[in-house]
Amino acid sequence: MTTLDVESAYAHLRDSIAAVVPLAREGLSLVGVHSGGVWVAERLRRDLQLSGPDGALSSAFHRDDYGRRGLPTDLKSTRLAFEVEGADILLVDDILFTGRTVRAALNEIFDYGRPARVRLAVLIDRGGRELPVAADFCGVRHELPADRAFVLSRDDSGRFSLVIE
Amino acid sequence: MPSRHPQLNAHGELKHLLTIEGLSRNLIHHILDTAAGFLGVSDRDVKKVPLLRGVSVFNLFFENSTRTRTTFEIAAKRLSADVVNLNINTSSTAKGESLLDTIDNLVAMHADMFVVRHAQSGAPFLIAEHVDRTRGNVHVINAGDGRHAHPTQGLLDVYTIRHFKKDFTNLRVAIVGDVLHSRVARSDIHALTTLGVPEVRVIGPRTLIPGGLEQLGVHVFHDMREGLRGVDVVIMLRLQSERMRGALLPSAQEYFKHYGLTEEKLALANTDCIVMHPGPMNRGVEIDSAVADGPQAVILDQVTFGIAVRMAVMSLLAKS
Repeated sequence: MTTLDVESAYAHLRDSIAAVVPLAREGLSLVGVHSGGVWVAERLRRDLQLSGPDGALSSAFHRDDYGRRGLPTDLKSTRLAFEVEGADILLVDDILFTGRTVRAALNEIFDYGRPARVRLAVLIDRGGRELPVAADFCGVRHELPADRAFVLSRDDSGRFSLVIE
Repeated sequence: MPSRHPQLNAHGELKHLLTIEGLSRNLIHHILDTAAGFLGVSDRDVKKVPLLRGVSVFNLFFENSTRTRTTFEIAAKRLSADVVNLNINTSSTAKGESLLDTIDNLVAMHADMFVVRHAQSGAPFLIAEHVDRTRGNVHVINAGDGRHAHPTQGLLDVYTIRHFKKDFTNLRVAIVGDVLHSRVARSDIHALTTLGVPEVRVIGPRTLIPGGLEQLGVHVFHDMREGLRGVDVVIMLRLQSERMRGALLPSAQEYFKHYGLTEEKLALANTDCIVMHPGPMNRGVEIDSAVADGPQAVILDQVTFGIAVRMAVMSLLAKS
């Protein structure tokens, strides 16, 4: 069990984005990283009434651990419903840990074009970075030992819950 | 002989792809799911992903095939592998080198994967056993051996059917034509029955239907009209005149009259029946142009899906 209140972390993330993102929200493309990041992005899009294009992104093709772990058992497709060239992208993930997923996700985005800007929003920053990656928006910082993992889930209404494994 | 399936490793993962026979339903679905993930790669600005960077894939085509070799080459290149095409007819084999000596030489050049097409059934098995004995981490894909198997074609065929029909468990599928010489038909039958298709039919003249098909759970028809009635999928086979010896057929015209797929015969199938063909097509022999170019044909979709299926197979094998 964890004492981390993931719903208040989400509220903080939502409000900190709302404070910065200008009213011309249709110019912002929200892209979630499979699977948890897509859930957070869907909810942010709804709660912030973002009308711009969206997308869901798989980092599998650019992961640096393919050589050791192979492909994930449930390989997801990347879907970017907008022209990446020149786009202002908010990349959304649930957990930020080593930074390797973000590195792979950036490479994936660049396979589709050259965006004008990419910012990163994460629900939880658990520390342990192995690459020079930082989030622009973060719900909560909560250090976790390397051998543990946060597992995010959501119920039918879209509310999040979190367990530590 | 080892008791385990020669194409699986000790963990039950696919190490080589030699035949569909013996693959589990879950494993076939896993390959198709993975292929679905690769489908979008060909639509990107950069039609390439770095998964097989540094992997050397050798296309060994002991039998001619431009189409299949090209699709394997494209699949490997979209995975960033290095591809070497060996034209065996003008190489060492023509100078008398044995098959396994050729393989040993290529392995000594640090080949990681062989894509093998051979006129002799079983040649890719021989190569897979040999590399398993001599080197632990070399993979073999059967790109068609004799009359035996063409597993990636079988996989792309069931991928195509799943794409258009969603569910296998309520389908009638007819395979029409030269089943006797067709490794595609064998691979399709194994894939379809493993995936739970309740009724697989084969349709063709007595001279081109091998015995014993009923033991695979297949219904045999010699009258095409009768066999097409109520089917959801028609897979036409190419008439392989280059493999025919002796008088198996009176003439191509006579064959077309009885077993060529025309709009009139296709009307006997279900109205949403799809028409497939592994290519290359003989228009006017096994299929009429009006059908090949018609709204029910998904023949070019098969080609597109074939790239994604071969990318999936290669990336699953490479890290097994």
